[in-house]
Amino acid sequence: MSIYRRKDLLGLRDIEREEIEAILSTAVPMKDIITRDVKKVPTLKGKSVITLFYENSTRTRTSFDLAGRYLSADTPNLAVSTSSVQKGESLKDTIKTIEMMGPDVLVMRHPLSGAPHYVARNTSMHVINAGDGINEHPTQALLDMYSILERKGRLEGLKVAIVGDILHSRVARSNIFGLSKFGCELRVVGPSTLMPSNIEKLGVKVYTDLKEGIRGVDVINVLRIQRERQQSGLFPSIDEYQELYMVRTEHLSLAADDAIVLHPGPMNRGIEISTELAESSRCVVNEQVANGVAVRMAILYLMLGGGKDEIAG
Amino acid sequence: MRLLVKGGRVIDPANNIDEIADVLVIDGKIAAIGKELSPDGNEDIVDAEGKIVCPGFIDIHVHLRDPGYEYKEDIITGSKAAAVGGFTTVCCMPNTDPVVDEGIVAEYILRKSKEAGLVNVLPAGSITKNLEGEGLSEMAELAQAGCVGFSDDGKPVVKSDLMRHAMDYARMLDLPVLSHCEDLALSRNGLMHEGYYSTLYGLQGIPAAAEEIMIARDVRLASITRARLHVCHVSTEGSLRIIEQAKAAGISVTCEVTPHHLTLTDETVGDYDTDTKVNPPLRSERDVKALVDAVASGLVDCIATDHAPQNIESKDCEYANASFGISGLETAVAVIMDRLVHPGLLRITDMVRLFTVGPGRILGLDSGTLTPGSKADITIIDPDAKRRVDPSTFYSKGKNTPFKGMELCGWPWMTIREGRVIAREGRIV
Repeated sequence: MSIYRRKDLLGLRDIEREEIEAILSTAVPMKDIITRDVKKVPTLKGKSVITLFYENSTRTRTSFDLAGRYLSADTPNLAVSTSSVQKGESLKDTIKTIEMMGPDVLVMRHPLSGAPHYVARNTSMHVINAGDGINEHPTQALLDMYSILERKGRLEGLKVAIVGDILHSRVARSNIFGLSKFGCELRVVGPSTLMPSNIEKLGVKVYTDLKEGIRGVDVINVLRIQRERQQSGLFPSIDEYQELYMVRTEHLSLAADDAIVLHPGPMNRGIEISTELAESSRCVVNEQVANGVAVRMAILYLMLGGGKDEIAG
Repeated sequence: MRLLVKGGRVIDPANNIDEIADVLVIDGKIAAIGKELSPDGNEDIVDAEGKIVCPGFIDIHVHLRDPGYEYKEDIITGSKAAAVGGFTTVCCMPNTDPVVDEGIVAEYILRKSKEAGLVNVLPAGSITKNLEGEGLSEMAELAQAGCVGFSDDGKPVVKSDLMRHAMDYARMLDLPVLSHCEDLALSRNGLMHEGYYSTLYGLQGIPAAAEEIMIARDVRLASITRARLHVCHVSTEGSLRIIEQAKAAGISVTCEVTPHHLTLTDETVGDYDTDTKVNPPLRSERDVKALVDAVASGLVDCIATDHAPQNIESKDCEYANASFGISGLETAVAVIMDRLVHPGLLRITDMVRLFTVGPGRILGLDSGTLTPGSKADITIIDPDAKRRVDPSTFYSKGKNTPFKGMELCGWPWMTIREGRVIAREGRIV
């Protein structure tokens, strides 16, 4: 019945619009479940979803954990660090070990681009990419899309500006791949040192001026800036970055009337986003967190082929 | 010992020969080339009708990993891979363990390759001690021991003054400097060519400028030292333009291009197949076109494989953690025949030049021709043979090839070293 029949969810680059629509529409009843008093349906009882994170994360991991639990799946975490890999065990062996314990889904975050693709080729488990290097973070982009849809009622034709470190952002890349399938006008805004080579060929307009970049847009997605980028010489100082690219409440007057602001979190208040804006009703960061659970429930549900009736119950 | 290779199309660019002819070999040397040479009854006859008979192919850029990394390759397996790949002479790079920075290591390579008794293995010595980029190796001792050139291949000589001294010293010894050109600050952390596809695939890029900057530097150093500079594995259009200008200015510079850079683009990296990870990286379509034009026009002096065999563990992992390198000896000729010669992008005579007299001249070798009196190193190609690339059949320990599974047309048919058949139809004899 579902249009989503893939073994894995590795990214939005090679996925069809219809598959994204299936996930987003399935997330609607899922969100209903998490607003109930008793947040548990038996849909995935007897299934297990293991999370394997090679990078620190609190929200994404917890989000997947709760998404699984609300659907009655077991959700063990495997504690690893990159150092344990350096001690000798290959990723392939780690995955094989996990696979033999029998989980149905592996949710994986890894600092190296393409690592989940490598894992997916080497396991029968369903693999969900929870962020790989500078490549993709598909569930983040899907929850961003869901949040936009919830506020705007549509994706088609919206103007979306992504602001910040585009070069190193898997969130930016997945958003670009996803939103471009819905006819959005996409803009990327940031210093030229943080723009990937040939980014315009992905169908986005490049702006180095924040005010120009957000003029008339319906959505501003603000990315987290990492201090290490400054240390490697990509921009002169945090102060100058903040001066040029911090999105403030007054910037909203340049955007469309009811423009909303997204941030994947965790926020650096006073650096890429002002506190005033972060706390305003136009900033949907808290809704994003709730929607993240719903979207991840939808993905698990579609992947493991649960029945519709059970959700309704 | 007499051998008569009959009825093949003999192509010997050094002597401007391209005709149907017989080649007579006596006692390991070319005795005669001519029409209908009449046998005296004592020779072994090779029926080469429909085949292309060439001087033995020379690959001036291979990594045989021996001594030190025998789990990736050794001199015996590498020699076998070379022989079935149609090569009779290879030049191996010094980034072994220990590094070829002392005569004794070069002597070990020469001795072991003689024991293997297959192809002629010529070591390159390192430019700097232990490849550390700090002080010159004992280059005269290395030359004395049999090294045919100097290289820190795998990495550049970062210090410009040291590279200058290396070139000056190499000129005194009348040997070439084989330069791996890469600005490490620009290529740092890079995994593939920087461009549209690195953005699409989310992998850190290596800009073309990382290579071009170093070539420009080395060309200027070659100009002031008058050394013989050879640029290894040229991969970008910009590099070609710098080399073209340098040649026009009379600077002694030569260059090589690999089969993979001539036929594969950065788009190939899409599935994070680590066999596509190579340094310099697979470049853009525009670069590939420019390289093909440059081999056809004669700007490029030779084709070299940069044969870089890797053990499975170095490639069966995350893309960023994988080692660079492609195992190239056993596919080079077929790749060039199938992708360049058959489609009409490169004349077969030019291909033979790029595999024989071209590389031979760079190293100052007297091989690479069928001149009567020279050693009877002969490569015979079957231009019509079709075969699928199957790494499991490789003699090389390195199964790492992005050409795996491809059906290619035009394979080495027979390899003859000093009058003795060492390989035939993909198998060692």
